[in-house]
Amino acid sequence: MGYNFKDTMNKPERLAGGHRMCAGCGGTIAARNVLRGLHEGDRAVIGNATGCMEVSTFMYPYTAWEDSYIHNAFENAGATLSGVETAYRVLKKRGKIDDTYKFITFGGDGGTYDIGLQSLSGAMERNHDMVYVCYDNGAYMNTGIQRSSATPMYANTTTTPVGSESNGKPQNRKDLAAIIAEHDVPYVAQTTFWKNFKDLHVKSEKAIYTEGAAFLNIMAPCPRGWQYPTADIMEICRLGVETNYWPLFEVEHGKWTLNYEPKKKLPIEDFLVKQGRFKHLFKKENEYLIEAFQKEVDRRWDDLVYRCSR
Amino acid sequence: MGKRDRLSGNEAVAIAMRQINPDVMPAFPITPSTEIPQYFSSFVANGQVDTEFIPVESEHSAMSAAIGAEAAGARTLTATSSCGMALMWEELYVAASNRLPIAMALVNRALSGPININCDHSDSMGARDAGWIQIYAENNQEAYDNFIQAYPIAENAKVRLPIMICQDGFITSHAVENIELLDDGDVRAFVGDYNPQHYLLNKQETMAVGPYAVSSYYMEAKKQHANAMAEVKQVALDVAKEFAKISGREYGLFEEYRLDDADFALVIIGSAAGTAKDAVDALREKGVKAGLLKIRLFRPFPAEEIAQALAHVKAVAIMDRAESLSSQGGPLGAEVMAALYRARSQALAVNYIYGLGGRDVRVDQIEDVFGQLEKDAAAGQIADAYRYLGLRA
Repeated sequence: MGYNFKDTMNKPERLAGGHRMCAGCGGTIAARNVLRGLHEGDRAVIGNATGCMEVSTFMYPYTAWEDSYIHNAFENAGATLSGVETAYRVLKKRGKIDDTYKFITFGGDGGTYDIGLQSLSGAMERNHDMVYVCYDNGAYMNTGIQRSSATPMYANTTTTPVGSESNGKPQNRKDLAAIIAEHDVPYVAQTTFWKNFKDLHVKSEKAIYTEGAAFLNIMAPCPRGWQYPTADIMEICRLGVETNYWPLFEVEHGKWTLNYEPKKKLPIEDFLVKQGRFKHLFKKENEYLIEAFQKEVDRRWDDLVYRCSR
Repeated sequence: MGKRDRLSGNEAVAIAMRQINPDVMPAFPITPSTEIPQYFSSFVANGQVDTEFIPVESEHSAMSAAIGAEAAGARTLTATSSCGMALMWEELYVAASNRLPIAMALVNRALSGPININCDHSDSMGARDAGWIQIYAENNQEAYDNFIQAYPIAENAKVRLPIMICQDGFITSHAVENIELLDDGDVRAFVGDYNPQHYLLNKQETMAVGPYAVSSYYMEAKKQHANAMAEVKQVALDVAKEFAKISGREYGLFEEYRLDDADFALVIIGSAAGTAKDAVDALREKGVKAGLLKIRLFRPFPAEEIAQALAHVKAVAIMDRAESLSSQGGPLGAEVMAALYRARSQALAVNYIYGLGGRDVRVDQIEDVFGQLEKDAAAGQIADAYRYLGLRA
C-alpha cells in the first residue's frame, strides 16, 4: 500500500463539521483521520461506545456521520459491531447485499479499557473483521474527568484529586495495546497525532484492510482534562512520543515493530510540565514522583524494545 | 402435514429455530436454556441451517450483538434464562426502543439469590416494563407454536418490537412430551422472508441508530413505542388465525378453560395451568363451578378482555410465580386486580405466590385454593388478599 499524503488529505470528510465536540478535541481528530484510511467507494458502518463522541455527533435528529452508524451503550461497542459484521457476512452469503462494507468502532478509554473490556476482548478473540479504535484521552472525560485504568500515574482527576494526603492517581496505567496483542489478533497498533499524520493514516488503512480483528490505540489529548491550551495539541503529542511516554508501534500477526525511536529521548518532565493535571509534581518536595514516573516510562520502553527485538 | 414426535421443550424450540433458519444467532449458555444454542450449533455444524452463530462471551454481549445484527438488517434470535437475561437488562430496553424485532427464547428460571436453577417467572416478570412483547406457554407444543408465530408478530410493520417467547424451565424445557411438528416448508412459508424497511447495510440510504435524544424528543419516542405495543393484541390474533390454518391449533390472547359458567376462577401463567386444569376437572366432578384463565400474551396486557372473561365470577385467585416484594403481591396480581377495578368488577380477588424457585405445585393444592375461594365468597370478603401457596410447614 503506497502512501500519498495529498491524496489522503483530499479524501472527503466522513465525519461532518457542525457536531458538538469541544474545540481542539483529540477524539474528533482521531476519528476523522482514521476514516481517511477507507478506500473511496467502500462503505462503512461506524460503531460508537457511549461517550463524548457519541452524545456530540448524533444528537437526535442530527447526525454528523456520513456513513451508517450505530451507538448501542457504553460497554458493548465491540459486541455490537461484531453483530453488524456478522449480519454483513450472512447477508452477503445469502445474496441479499453485494457492496463492500468495512466496520470501524470508536470508544474512549472508559468504554474500552474499563467497562467495555470484556466485550472488546470477546470481539477480538472471535476475530470479527472489524477495527476497534480507542481514542485514549486517559480519563472519563464525558462525565467530568474521572480516573480510568488508562489514566497515567499521579494525574489529578476528579476521583483522584490532589490533596494533603494524595498526589493524584496512585496506580500506573494499563497497557491495553499489549493486552489486545496477546489476543493474537492480526493487527494492533499504537499511534497518535504525529508530524504529518502519516503514521496514523497508514496504520488506519492497514487496520481496516487487514482481514480479521484489528485494534488501534490512539493517544487523543483532551484539553479540558489535561489542562493545556487547545492550540498545543500537536506539541503535547510530539512530547508524548519523544519522551517515550507514548511509543509508536505495531503488532502484525504477532510480530512487534517499533515505528519510531527518538534519537535523543527527552526527559518525562517535558511532557508533564505542559499539562495542568501534573502541576503538583513540580513542587520542590515532589521531585521523587517525577523520578518514579521516569523510571516507569523507561521500564516500559525497555520491555517494548525487547518485544520488538524478538 | 405435521409430524408427530416426542421432544423436550428446548429441543422443540430449537427445531422451530432450525425451520425458521434465521440470519444470526448470538447466544451464551445458561441453565436451563443451554440446550437451545447447543442444538442450534449442531444444526449449523451439520449444514441444516446457514445461520451465522456468534458464540459471544456473555449474555450482555449476546443481546448487544443481536441489536447490531438486527439493526444491520439480519433476522436475529437468541435464547437465555434468569441471570442471563438480567445481565441483558440494559440491552433489552435498547433493543425495544430501537424497534428491533429480535426473537428471544426465554426459558424461565428464578433470579438469584439464593442462586437457584429451577422455574419461576421472576426473570421475565422483572423485564415486563422493558417494552418487549411477552408470550407464555403451558407445554412443549405451545412453546414450539408460539416461537413459530414470533416473527410474524414482531416484524409486523405496525409493531416492530422484540418478542420474548417464554416457557417454564425444566418443567417444559427438559420434560419430553408428545408434540406435533409442522413441515419445514410450511414454517418457512408462514414466517416468510425478512425485508426490513430501514437498516444499516442498505445501499440505498445510510442510517444512524441509537441517538442521544434530549428532553425535547425522548418522550415522543416512548409514546410511539407505546402506540406500537397497543397494536400487538390484534396482530397476535391475526397471526394466530393464520397459524391455525397450517397447524389446526388455535390460539388467543389467553385460554379460557371451563370458565363460561364458572363461579370461581384461577388466573395463571405457564405450565402450572396444566396442573390447575386437572384440579378444575376434579372440582367440576364434585359439582363445584371452577374455571381457569391461562394468560398467553402478558405484554401487552389484555386487561379489558381478561376483565370481560371474568365478569361473571364470584371470586378469582390470581396465581403469581414471581414475587414483586411490594408487600402487596405479585405482578400478575397487581395487573389483573387493576383490570377488574377499571371494569368495575364486583368479583372478590386474591393473589397467591406459588412455585418460586421450582417449588412443586400439586392438584390438591390448587383444589385447596378453590376451596378457600368458596369460603371467601360465602363470607363476602377477602381478609388477606396476598397469600403464599405451598410453603414448608
